[in-house]
Parts: sequence; C-alpha cells; structure tokens
Amino acid sequence: MKTRDEYISGICTPAIGEAGKTGDWSDLKPVIDHSKCIPETKGKAACFLCWLYCPEGVVTMTIPVQIDLDYCKGCGICAEECPPNAIRMVRKVECDE
Amino acid sequence: MSDTRIITGNEAAALAVKLVEPNVIAAYPITPQTSLAEKLSTFVEGGELKAEYVRVEGEHSALTVCISASTVGARVFTATSSNGLLYMHEQLHWATGSRLPIVMCCVNRGVGAPWSIFNDQQDSFSQRDTGWIQIYCRDNQEIIDTIIQAYRIAEAVYIPVMVCYDGFVLSHTMMPVTIPDYGKVREFLPPYKPSVDISPENPVTVNPVFFPWRRENAEGVLCDGYMEKRYKLQDALLNAADTIEEVSTAYGEAFGRDHGGLLWEHMTEDAEIVIVGMGSIASEATVAADSLREEGIRAGVVGIRTFRPFPRKAIATALKKATIIVVFEKCVSYGCDGGVSSDIKSALYGTGITAPIHNYIAGLGGRDVKARELADAVKETINRIDSGRPENETTWLNCHTG
Repeated sequence: MKTRDEYISGICTPAIGEAGKTGDWSDLKPVIDHSKCIPETKGKAACFLCWLYCPEGVVTMTIPVQIDLDYCKGCGICAEECPPNAIRMVRKVECDE
Repeated sequence: MSDTRIITGNEAAALAVKLVEPNVIAAYPITPQTSLAEKLSTFVEGGELKAEYVRVEGEHSALTVCISASTVGARVFTATSSNGLLYMHEQLHWATGSRLPIVMCCVNRGVGAPWSIFNDQQDSFSQRDTGWIQIYCRDNQEIIDTIIQAYRIAEAVYIPVMVCYDGFVLSHTMMPVTIPDYGKVREFLPPYKPSVDISPENPVTVNPVFFPWRRENAEGVLCDGYMEKRYKLQDALLNAADTIEEVSTAYGEAFGRDHGGLLWEHMTEDAEIVIVGMGSIASEATVAADSLREEGIRAGVVGIRTFRPFPRKAIATALKKATIIVVFEKCVSYGCDGGVSSDIKSALYGTGITAPIHNYIAGLGGRDVKARELADAVKETINRIDSGRPENETTWLNCHTG
C-alpha cells in the first residue's frame, strides 16, 4: 500500500469513501417497511421524498428503495418525511441484538 | 538611472504591489492602511495595474477572497490594520492550513478597546500563532523591497507572509525611496505556481474534515490525518528561515539592497549593551546607540526583521557577547512579558548566555518614543544592574502608573 500523502494541504480526490465509511458515526439506522412504501405499493415511480430529503444522498430512487448504510449518518430525516411512516429509526445496538 | 522618489510608507507599499502584478486584490479600508488601499484601487481603475480589485464588505471577506483566488492559482494581495486584522483571524489560520502564498501588509496600529488609531504592534503580534511568516520593516525603502521579497518567499515555501510596518511612523511619513526596476522585478519573481493545479479536468476536494487518525483514501493510499498536516506546516515554517535568508541575499545581489533576512545588526561587533527591537523602534534605537557611544557606553542594536519563524539561532549568535540585553517593544503578551522579550529568553535557554534582559514596553497606542528616551532607559538599566540588582525586569516606558 502507498502510504505517502504528497499534498501539503488538505486535498482529497472526490470519490466514494474518501473520508472513510461515515455510516459508523450513526446511533440509529433506518429500517424500511416495504409493505407501506408508496412506490412499492403503487408499483410506479412516485413519492421518493426520502431520496429527495436525504442530506447524504444515500437513498436510491428505485423500486424497492434502498439505503446505503455504509454512509447513512442516521439523521432520521427520511423517517420524518415519509408520508405513510414506512421508515422507522432503530437503535443500532437493538438491531444487532 | 535609479528612480528615487520621496514617498510615504503606504505609497511605497502600493508601488511594490504594482510591481509584483497580483491578479486579485481584496482590501477593506481601515486607518492607517487606507491610503494604501486607495492607491491600489487608483492603479486598477486607471488601468495601470491589470488586477481584479474586489470591493468587500469587511476584512474577513477580504482574506476569504484572497484564499479562494490563491487556491486556483492567482497571485493575491490584501492589507489591513488593527481590529481589521483581528476580524480576519479565523481566515489567517485557514490561509496557512491551506498553504497559500498570500501576501498581506499589516500597517501596525493599536487594538481596541479603547479605540486607538495610533501605532503599536499589538495587532500583528496577536496573530503570532496563526502560522504566517511575519516580517517587520524599519523604513519605507525596506517596505517596498520586502513586499517584493515576500512574494518570492511565500511562493517558494507555500506559506503566507505578513509584511508589517508601523502605522503613521512609516505609513504616513515621507522618505526617499528607490523604486526597483520593473524588468528586474520580473526576473527576480517567477510566475506563481500553486502547489496543486485545480481545474475542471483535475477536480479535488479542498480541506474536507480530517480525522484524528490517518486514513486510507478511495485509491488505497494511506493519507495524512489532521496532525500530520499541521506538522507539515510547522516543519515548512521552521525551514522557511533559510529561504528568507536566501531571498534577502538574492535581492541584495539583484537590487543592491540587503536589509538582513532574519535580523540586522548595528555596531554589535564590540557591544556590551545590546538593544533589541522590531520595526521602526529598532531604527530609533540605532540613534540611541550612537548617542550612548558618544558617552563611552559600548551599545549596539539587533533589529528583529523576521518574527515568525523566530530566528532562535541568529538571535543567540547576535547576543553571544552581550553583558546586558535591553528589549524595547510595542506589544505585550498580557499576563506575561512583552512578546519579543519572551521569545528571546526562550531562544537563549541552554545557550549559556545569562546576560540579564530588561524588557521595556514602549509606545503603545502611539505614545511617542524618542531616541533620547531610549538612551536614558538603557542608562537606567545599566545603573540598576551595576548597583547589584541584575534581575530580569519589565518596565512600561513613559507610562504614568503612579
């Protein structure tokens, strides 16, 4: 592995994971109840408010909706904005148990 | 034919900036820097200087504009004084951490409260620990020459340089100044090359959050953490002392004037009493030393030109033969001593030099300091020490504390 940072100042190349996996900062993680999620129940591209509001850009605009937990900081905005309350924020330790 | 004019310190600074041809100037007027900012805007508006002059709403923005422009490869200039410099404080750290060769003039003025528009060096002294190189000028010729040198130093070591000179005492006082030749300045100062080429073809993230630990980037390279970046700054700043000396010598060869890189000396060869100062007060001290010599007192002067990086070795060498050291300075580390005096004491630790140091705080908020008064203070110090009281002491000169 190359170990030398040639830059004298704080320069990074823009890339996924450049600052490490920020997902482990979180205390809570979002869990989707796919039976309530609007795009999934309607079977068409609709709603996606979770995708729109996510400040980290880790939610996909796909059916089914997916959240990249490697980079999700657990802020809970998606759960707050979800009209049918399909997203629940769960303590990570509880999930692990 | 040399071009010599009788001009103020601020005019000398403006002419130097015109000669180095910055791409971007951002400054907010503040006494006593104002006439420098005005002169530069006149040059730009009149088409004499092809630079972008950004009119900002305050000093914090002035330096931020310089930081942004310097990041993408522009040569930049700003200038300020007193509370204006304090208002820049956060961005001063940002400029050094980003390793940008910004050059700024600090036209030294006391800081509020209470308000003072007059000279001392508390403003730039208060920014001592921001990582900027600080060079103090003793006269108007040195101002014009130092600004040109500052760009070559800054662009070689990627550290910003603050060129400091005393408000009113120099900024508004007229002296004969020889203006360097335009062609020679072009030869002396190569174009600025940023440490990283930033362009749409080479996108990078500048200064994202850095962690306490080192980290592997997306390309598998183990990169610096915060502490490694800060060490690089310290290392570069300490090594910059050599660059400052080299540039000063090279300038002397090209233009015939070498003001001393880190410090200058006046009659120290056989001096027992060495007076130390920074900026115009050191210049004044040479007059005091000359008059002390007439009275048979072997006095000399060491003028500190580069305050950061602090010239520890050069100071210890210059003070090797002194029996008494007298430091006159226009700044205080409140709750401790004068800042220059503290650094000198630190530089002498372990060198075997044990001469007593008498620290005089002088001329705060523009209080007049005459050469005669400096000479009298030196004589008082000699008398005190001769009468068996050789302790280090700090005295506020001409201050009616009764």
